[in-house]
Amino acid sequence: MDFLQPSSWDDALAVRAERPDALPIAGGTDVMVELNFDRRRPGALLDLTRIPELREWSVADEVVRLGAGVPYARVITELGNRLPGLAMAARTVGSPQIRVRGTVGGNLGSASPAGDAHPPLLAAGAEVEVASAARGTRRIPVAEFFTGVKRNALEPDELIAAVHVRTARGPQQFCKVGTRNAMVISVSAFALALHPDRQAVGTGIGSAAPTPRRAAEAEEFLAGELDWATRGPLPEGLARAFGERVAAAAAPIDDVRGTAAYRRHSLTVLARRAVTWAWDDLRRAA
Amino acid sequence: MTTTQAAARTTGRIGDNAQRPDGTLKVTGEFAYASDLWHDDMVWGVTLRSPHPHARIRRIDVTEALTVPGVSAVLTADDVPGENAFGLEHADQPVLAGEFVRYEGEPVALVAADHPETARRAAGRIRVDYEVLPALTDARRALDDDAPQVHPGGNLVRHLRLRRGDPAPTAPVVVSLDFEVGMQDQAFLGPESGLAVPAEDGGVDLYVATQWLHVDQRQVCLALGMPPEKVRLTLAGVGGAFGGREDLSVHVHACLLALRTGRPVKMSYGREESFYGHVHRHPATMTYEFGAERDGTLVYARAHVLLDGGAYASSTAAVVGNAGLLGLGPYRFPSVAVDAFGVFTHNPPCGAMRGFGCVQAAFAHEALMDELAAAVGVDPVEIRRRNGVQEGDRTITGQVIDSAAPVAELLQRVADLPLPPPLPGHPDLRDLPGAVGNTTHGEGVRRGVGYSVTYKNVGFSEGFDDYSTARVRLQVTGGEAVATVHTAAAEVGQGLVTVQQQIARTELGVERVVVVPADTAVGSAGSTSASRQTYVTGGAVKAACEAVRTAVLQRAAVALGRPVAGLALDGDKVLGAGGEVLAGLADVLGDDAVEETVEWRHRPTHAVDPETGQGDAHVQFAFSAHRAVVDVDVELGLVKVVALDTAQDVGKAINPDAVVGQIHGGSAQGMGLALMEEVVVTDGHVRNPSFTDYLLPTILDVPPMQVQVLEYADPHAPYGVRGVGEPPTISSGPAVAAAVRAACGKPLRRVPIRPEHVTGTQPTAIPPRSDRP
Ligand SMILES: Cc1cc2nc3c(=O)[nH]c(=O)nc-3n(C[C@H](O)[C@H](O)[C@H](O)COP(=O)(O)OP(=O)(O)OC[C@H]3O[C@@H](n4cnc5c(N)ncnc54)[C@H](O)[C@@H]3O)c2cc1C
Repeated sequence: MDFLQPSSWDDALAVRAERPDALPIAGGTDVMVELNFDRRRPGALLDLTRIPELREWSVADEVVRLGAGVPYARVITELGNRLPGLAMAARTVGSPQIRVRGTVGGNLGSASPAGDAHPPLLAAGAEVEVASAARGTRRIPVAEFFTGVKRNALEPDELIAAVHVRTARGPQQFCKVGTRNAMVISVSAFALALHPDRQAVGTGIGSAAPTPRRAAEAEEFLAGELDWATRGPLPEGLARAFGERVAAAAAPIDDVRGTAAYRRHSLTVLARRAVTWAWDDLRRAA
Repeated sequence: MTTTQAAARTTGRIGDNAQRPDGTLKVTGEFAYASDLWHDDMVWGVTLRSPHPHARIRRIDVTEALTVPGVSAVLTADDVPGENAFGLEHADQPVLAGEFVRYEGEPVALVAADHPETARRAAGRIRVDYEVLPALTDARRALDDDAPQVHPGGNLVRHLRLRRGDPAPTAPVVVSLDFEVGMQDQAFLGPESGLAVPAEDGGVDLYVATQWLHVDQRQVCLALGMPPEKVRLTLAGVGGAFGGREDLSVHVHACLLALRTGRPVKMSYGREESFYGHVHRHPATMTYEFGAERDGTLVYARAHVLLDGGAYASSTAAVVGNAGLLGLGPYRFPSVAVDAFGVFTHNPPCGAMRGFGCVQAAFAHEALMDELAAAVGVDPVEIRRRNGVQEGDRTITGQVIDSAAPVAELLQRVADLPLPPPLPGHPDLRDLPGAVGNTTHGEGVRRGVGYSVTYKNVGFSEGFDDYSTARVRLQVTGGEAVATVHTAAAEVGQGLVTVQQQIARTELGVERVVVVPADTAVGSAGSTSASRQTYVTGGAVKAACEAVRTAVLQRAAVALGRPVAGLALDGDKVLGAGGEVLAGLADVLGDDAVEETVEWRHRPTHAVDPETGQGDAHVQFAFSAHRAVVDVDVELGLVKVVALDTAQDVGKAINPDAVVGQIHGGSAQGMGLALMEEVVVTDGHVRNPSFTDYLLPTILDVPPMQVQVLEYADPHAPYGVRGVGEPPTISSGPAVAAAVRAACGKPLRRVPIRPEHVTGTQPTAIPPRSDRP
């Protein structure tokens, strides 16, 4: 197996085009598991860790451009204020070792329904920036990025360059259920972003459908019902109704980690609690 | 360090926190585990396993596998030179499957190659033509007339019948329940590994991580058709065992490949294979009924216990024995009717695991004691104190408990320990159920407290000839006295090597004690299981040291022209009755070594009556109590164990730090079964053979523990010791389960307790296992 180590982005894209058998590797926390279990035998590994721009983030026009190779540990320490939902999710990923290696780009590359970065990116309305040597750069709304179980919208010659996420204008929450208190793959997860500037709501559901997905109907319902102008107390019934609509957007299955019924039930609870906390935060901020 | 004054006591004797010789090596990563074994010129062995829980093998075609470059051997059942059978109690398990495979993961063929990857690829090219057969995967169906037969003799492994007192008892208060315990895995961190080296005499030297070298040797000899002189075993570094290494894994396979290829063969399982490569804790289905007076005094018990033994016997019969004979807990019952069954199914074989049958039963009897407490209106501690056995009482098998049985005191002690403070107004997420998952900020969180008290037999029971052998040598080298201790006892991480050193230092008064590697060049030490090694091998080392001491002092008496009475050994010197130095050991021994080998037995135990289960089945009982405090998010069913406090009588703490370590680990393991650890098996297939989905408690799941160690010496045991390793695993889980029940108010009759059970969101699509054909 070849180990290809381009040191520039252009070289990486060139190699990607030339070697369709080369598997990109960033932190390797998914790739190495696949190799160890012999689930994949790529002809080559395309190491992306030597490309400086993948490991950087910047802000322009209130939008964070987060390089695909920024590990979770840095998302937590460097972006907690700008991208609180993503930072909360990053905090739940694996163990300290995994958070030092694992990247948001790798999470998107794997596109697992249980990937923890996905719900907050959905809630924030992020865009994935991908590129190829032949066609240059394009941006894909994250909601369109996940195309099936562990499948994404990348073309074979494309690499993920970055994600673009608007700096939070309002409270964000991320909640993840697992059957132990650390180092656990989510049984269900929910992300919420309130966008008071647009009087809009963003959501993301994890581990409760073939792909991470939004609860679009629940978003619209909540945005329409919330008392954005006076920011009065959140009616309990509204929180509940929102929770039920979020759960209705899910399409969970029974598996070894949890039952479909539990996943649905837990989403009603998570969404109800998340909106309660987020709305309280918003009221406090006012 | 040599002591210069006779009065200066050497350190690291019994009762001291002696440093373990393997400790630093282990924490720095330098310790050589079995997976680190290496030999120049070695090849790698891998195992091809059955994908089916039950099938007939029509044909195996190895032609293609043999053509893979680098492959040196491919073996099937036809290549087993001796008997194609092994087993701890019954040799019923094929070394390599013959006509049938009886569980998913059963070994079918072996490959040796110059690289493990090559061997794996070659194994993938072995063509096995299976005729898939209907599988019996519900233990509750095993004894039905129309159930598929796992073995020709029927599906019953053992039925233990226990009857005592009034055959038709009645009582004013009756409580009952059904309980189910899932399949737990030992989850030792060092997967199965071994290295077999062919020897010039035509035999083989096997280095392997195991729990009992001699029982392995017996089985390897049977399969290889070789006498014991030709099959020599040496213990390789063991990374945990917990019962999972009592049965053979790589042993015969590596030897077969080594003898065939004439090359050293290493075999090492990965984590996934390890889940198929050893037995698990028996899943149990139990029905219990207790009758009591209105004040809660127990009148009778009825219990029906069904253990799923899986495809082969392993130690199922002995586990059934424990689940029956000890399965009502440490309480006084005037009348008893217990039926415990172990059955064959096409599920993964189950066998020994820490707590051995007592763990499963404890969940049921402790839940029922809480029911009884509620029914008669007393608290859980009081109901147990009132009914707990004391020294001099009879157990349910009629055996008189002839050493301390401090049930009431253990309970009182855990009840008196300070409780953790309530959650603060704005708790740190890590202190809440769900932790940084951020699932609650306190909403839905209820606190619960639960108690449990249990007991366990120490050592082998029911008439088993339980002994250990120790060889101890004393000599002076380079001016320093050195005691050498040689046993075949497996150090599996519990600290037995340290215990042996401490005993030799104590008995021989020397500082330097070398414990040589355990192997079959010395007699059997019995298994590192049943909490028995400090007792039994400790007893053997003590006895061998005493024999050496007697011999040395006799020599000294002759040399000094004094009577032997009154002479003592300490600080490398021979001392007189007043402690005065009479001679150095070097003066007495010169260049000679004094060596003694002793085979040591504890008091005999006896088989129980087949009709009534009555008899003096056990040599010793060990008692422990736990109090668990949990916070449960009752809406999400997530649990945070806040405290897990315990009191345990250990008779004598030979090494107090090691004792507390055993109690910490055992408590965590019992808690794991209560909350998350389960090998999920559906239709005979293991669905979570990885640490991704077989969840073990992390450091955020295991709470701080207050540990009370009591030392009520057992007058019948060496130094008064009482087995330590298993009791905490038995009492911790039921306490945690009780605390969760107390917090959420649900009956919760199954462990591990899943969020689904707390929230009532069990699967609807898949019917429960019992309803499926
Ligand atoms: C012990 C353990 C615990 C874990 N816990 C969690 C958890 O709690 N939550 C969670 O979400 N995940 C978890 N994971 C999975 C994993 O850590 C994450 O998915 C992580 O984000 C992967 O990032 P990486 O940089 O390591 O990706 P890699 O393993 O390097 O790559 C993952 C995939 O993305 C592709 N890829 C990577 N970078 C690019 C790029 N720039 N362009 C195109 N494709 C790319 C790779 O080809 C590969 O297919 C865990 C993994 C382990 C081993």
